[in-house]
Amino acid sequence: MNRRELLKSAGAVAAGAAMLPFLKTNAWAQSAGTAVVLIGNTINSLDIHRPGTNRPSYQVAVNVYDRLVTFGTKKLADGSLSYDYDKVEPELAESWQISSDRKAILFKLKPNATFWDGTPVTAEDVKWSFDRALALGGFPRVQMGAGGFVDPAQFVVVDSKTFRVDLKQPSKLALPNLGVPVAVIINSKVARANATDKDPWATEYLHRTPAGSGAFKVERWEPGQQLVYARNDKWVGGPLPGVQRVIIREVPATATRRAMVERGDAHLSFQIPNKDAQELAAAKKVKVVGSPIDNCLYVACLNYNFEPFKDPKVRQAVAYAIPYEQIFKQAAYGRGVPMWGAKSAKPATAAWPQKFPYDTDLKKAQALLAQTKYKGGFEVPLSYDLGEADWGEPAALLIQESLGKIGIKVTLDKVPGANWRTVALVEKKLPFLLENFGGWLNTADYYFYWAYIKGNLFNASNYDDPAVAKLVEETLHMEKSDKSYDAKIKQLIQKAFDDVPRIPLWQPTLDSAMSPKLQGYEFWFHRQVDARSYKLV
Amino acid sequence: MTDITVNTLAAAPRSSAWSRGYAHFRYVMTSNPVTLLAFVMLAAMILIAVFGPLLVPHDPLATAADKALKPPSLQHWFGTDQLGRDVFSRVIVATRLDLLISVSAVALSFFVGVAMGACAGYWGGWFDKLSGRLLDTIMAFPLFVLAMGIVAAAGNTIQNIVIATAIINLPFYARVARAEVSIRRNAGFVQAARLSGNTELRILIEKILPNTLPPMMVQLSLNMGWAILNAAGLSFIGLGVRPPTAEWGIMVAEGANYIVSGEWWLALFPGAALMLAVFTFNLLGDGLRDLVDPQRRT
Amino acid sequence: MGHLSIILARVLQAAPTLFGIVVVTFLLTRALPGDPAAYFAGASATPESIAEIRAQLGTDQPLPVQFVRYLKDLAGGNLGQSVSTGQPVADELLRRLPASLELTLSALLLSVSIAIPLGVLAAVRQDSWVDQLCRFVVTAGVSLPTFFTGLLLVYVFYFLLGWAPAPLGRLDMLHITPPPVTGFLVIDSLIAREWSTAWSALKQLLLPSITLALFTLAPIARMTRAAMLQALASEYLRTARAAGLSSSRVLMVYAFRNALLPVVTTLGMVFSFTLGANVLVEKVFAWPGIGSFAIEALVVSDYAAVQGFVLSMAVLFVLLNLVIDTLYTLIDPRVRIEG
Repeated sequence: MNRRELLKSAGAVAAGAAMLPFLKTNAWAQSAGTAVVLIGNTINSLDIHRPGTNRPSYQVAVNVYDRLVTFGTKKLADGSLSYDYDKVEPELAESWQISSDRKAILFKLKPNATFWDGTPVTAEDVKWSFDRALALGGFPRVQMGAGGFVDPAQFVVVDSKTFRVDLKQPSKLALPNLGVPVAVIINSKVARANATDKDPWATEYLHRTPAGSGAFKVERWEPGQQLVYARNDKWVGGPLPGVQRVIIREVPATATRRAMVERGDAHLSFQIPNKDAQELAAAKKVKVVGSPIDNCLYVACLNYNFEPFKDPKVRQAVAYAIPYEQIFKQAAYGRGVPMWGAKSAKPATAAWPQKFPYDTDLKKAQALLAQTKYKGGFEVPLSYDLGEADWGEPAALLIQESLGKIGIKVTLDKVPGANWRTVALVEKKLPFLLENFGGWLNTADYYFYWAYIKGNLFNASNYDDPAVAKLVEETLHMEKSDKSYDAKIKQLIQKAFDDVPRIPLWQPTLDSAMSPKLQGYEFWFHRQVDARSYKLV
Repeated sequence: MTDITVNTLAAAPRSSAWSRGYAHFRYVMTSNPVTLLAFVMLAAMILIAVFGPLLVPHDPLATAADKALKPPSLQHWFGTDQLGRDVFSRVIVATRLDLLISVSAVALSFFVGVAMGACAGYWGGWFDKLSGRLLDTIMAFPLFVLAMGIVAAAGNTIQNIVIATAIINLPFYARVARAEVSIRRNAGFVQAARLSGNTELRILIEKILPNTLPPMMVQLSLNMGWAILNAAGLSFIGLGVRPPTAEWGIMVAEGANYIVSGEWWLALFPGAALMLAVFTFNLLGDGLRDLVDPQRRT
Repeated sequence: MGHLSIILARVLQAAPTLFGIVVVTFLLTRALPGDPAAYFAGASATPESIAEIRAQLGTDQPLPVQFVRYLKDLAGGNLGQSVSTGQPVADELLRRLPASLELTLSALLLSVSIAIPLGVLAAVRQDSWVDQLCRFVVTAGVSLPTFFTGLLLVYVFYFLLGWAPAPLGRLDMLHITPPPVTGFLVIDSLIAREWSTAWSALKQLLLPSITLALFTLAPIARMTRAAMLQALASEYLRTARAAGLSSSRVLMVYAFRNALLPVVTTLGMVFSFTLGANVLVEKVFAWPGIGSFAIEALVVSDYAAVQGFVLSMAVLFVLLNLVIDTLYTLIDPRVRIEG
């Protein structure tokens, strides 16, 4: 029974680890400077570069680490705050210069920037951190690659406070990509001291112990329960946060989260279901902020590998048979931006996302289908992700019912977590699915790059068109101010209208419910809690 | 359920087993009105399961945008759900599926489990050891997680839910049967039967098994309800029957999230149906116990 | 055979069971659909980045190779690393197991202290209103899914009335975990003489325990009743009564003792069932237990975590069965345990 011994010895370890200095109560938990935030998922790592780190953990990179640059803030029409993609602002960098050939960016670091341990932030640290993002592979490397950073030789230490990024080709995405959560700057001295031969990038250490310069330090982390941030009063990356502490509590049941925020036991319930958002907003007891998620669409994907969907008329018939209005009402609960019913079949502007020229018109759908060899209808499974069932299931049910009316027999298929990525995005073998890709970098070409180019992850439709491929290649790194940019984007959108491999249902919002006491809530493209702007009044 | 009754009765040893069985059935029914009630309720449930889909006022799958989440009214007795579907029709239509799930899951585990347990308890030996290991292995799994694992691996079809439920219930029957049989295999009345020249199989089936049934009847009735609850639990974590199928468990699971927002009817009515079914099964269990308990058969 | 050698034999018997569990779990996790590497590769993964993660996880190797590697790790006491939580599985389980045990045991304690007297009473007063009431109460408890009861209790006692604390796990935000001795927060804080922490932990424990206890009342009470009825009707009891023993003595010593046998069996099963089934309650009450960990792990195909979870539960059950068998031999001398 060596397992019993294992239990025993591990028990001793647990007992030893718990001999931390303990206080009877957290007096601060009730104090005015502490914000309580509820999230539904588990933070599984404090290191965003580590393979296996999940999306909810990205908020640690946001709150605890700094990047060279960040984005400005803008006020939306409804008075809520949002990041401003078009305004790149300094965080650890004091200033930067783009070379005349636009193939190098030279950063001056803030002279007074220090890590938590008091050591200054140097260009060495920046290089080490970026090298690490590339070296550890996986998602960090892919995201770095989006800005054109693929080779460590591109990161150059000029002197201790000057850092340069060399680009292989000029790109409008390079600078914004240094403001995404992945591009964090780590205290390389601390990390190196804790690295081993087997683990040269200190993933084991940083996984549990952040070493950064950010606005908050991690005070406690109890995986599966809570994460407590404490303010770093020496932060120079931006204005000092308005709260001293933030408790991030993991509460899996949506009903419990709603009850707690309604009763005032929490300041913020981050990312709530559409239905709760609609009702809480109407009840006015708590404040609900819903920000349209930039560059994100909830779409129904039609897979070109599925025989009937190879015919553009069939795809258009499906697009005309989708009950947009009803889906918007019963799956989105009115939280979002409609993406159907454009008057003209041609895009008037290069704005993205924009309304598609389809509407619910069963007669037209029937007529289109009758022109194909599938006029008798066909059977197709419609798949959606279990984790997105709160909107996916009602939407799928309504699509099922409506397509049934034009003779397309739809069966529903709910796919659990791990399997979803595999079958939907990696193998791309689902004939018909609901998908929710949103690009971090807010440009149309970036969306088209991920979702309309053969082989790329979010192109679950297996769409492949040489004209689109060419247009995306041309526009991806082109400056938006380029004269030909808008025309090319319009051409791309026109292709998306005509071919409809992805039928947009609506542009979603990120909804959060908060106590009126909490101010400074701001929407970010990464869709995570950024507590640095929070204030309690 | 009726199958089980018939089988155990048919196993009764006397020559005029049928008439005696019927007389006993009548005796139990008349002496205990609660049991009678249970049988009436079961009959009603079976009727609803058979004819319900023909009688419901609305299409249980038809959605209606303008009627979503309406409280109970004359037109929609149990209100409507988030897609405007009629909850009453869905609850009625779900009866068939839920009866099917619970009866088949429990019957499967009952027959396999009792057979395994009885043989193991009576003869012992290698079969006892082997089945014991097998049961230990199943038991040692956290049961609900095992069900989750099976359904996650094999896909969330109704068939797989039934099989998963049957597997996790198997040890209950097998272990009780084994324990009860092994206590009695050398009891006085068994020795006597042996001496009077009965075969071992006959002794096991006729003398010992009837004695083990009463405590098992209780399990049986409880497990019927658990089978549906198990399906409900799977639905709660998203592994239950596939939408848009109407099933009590998934309706309760989905409706539970609407309690805080005040839409109580979504979970309450399927919950009440579920509760009623479990009640019926429980009362029935007692009735069955009375029916098959040789000590009450006087 | 003495008790000690019986117990020893039982432990030896457990070895093949454990091996069986190792094999079954390994196969079950590999049968789960989906590629964990694709999941953990994150938002904008490329085929290369997925392949890299697959290599890191070792899932690019053929199954037998993976199995041998797993066995080797196990032999070294290494349960592996959970990819989804990023912690060693053993640490994770040890941290969470006490939470689940505390919840399960307190629920069972509550349940037993109500159910056994109720069952005995129902049997003694068979078919009376007490019996019917008992039947009604326990049946009501078992006929609703635990997550539903849990959400209902939260709605009424927290949301509407405000009597219960927010369903936020084991401690509210005001208190800090006491130094662990047993791992049970209530007991630990009593040992540390932190009365308010103990009170807080107890309050947090109350609703989830009631939820689970309601669900376990039925099997225990009804098994008690059934077993008592059988014992009461048996020949030896008639003999005992005929021999002029007082009825309370007959009840407690002879009937109850004989009835304990199936009750203990049921109790063991209920315990194992509850420990598995409280995953749902843990989810509702944000209880940081082992069950919620397992659900998460299963959904994302986190092999090491699922395997470690099942294995540790298996060990727990083997120990539990050992206890039950020992109790059996103590209660009923008729049962022999084959060595």
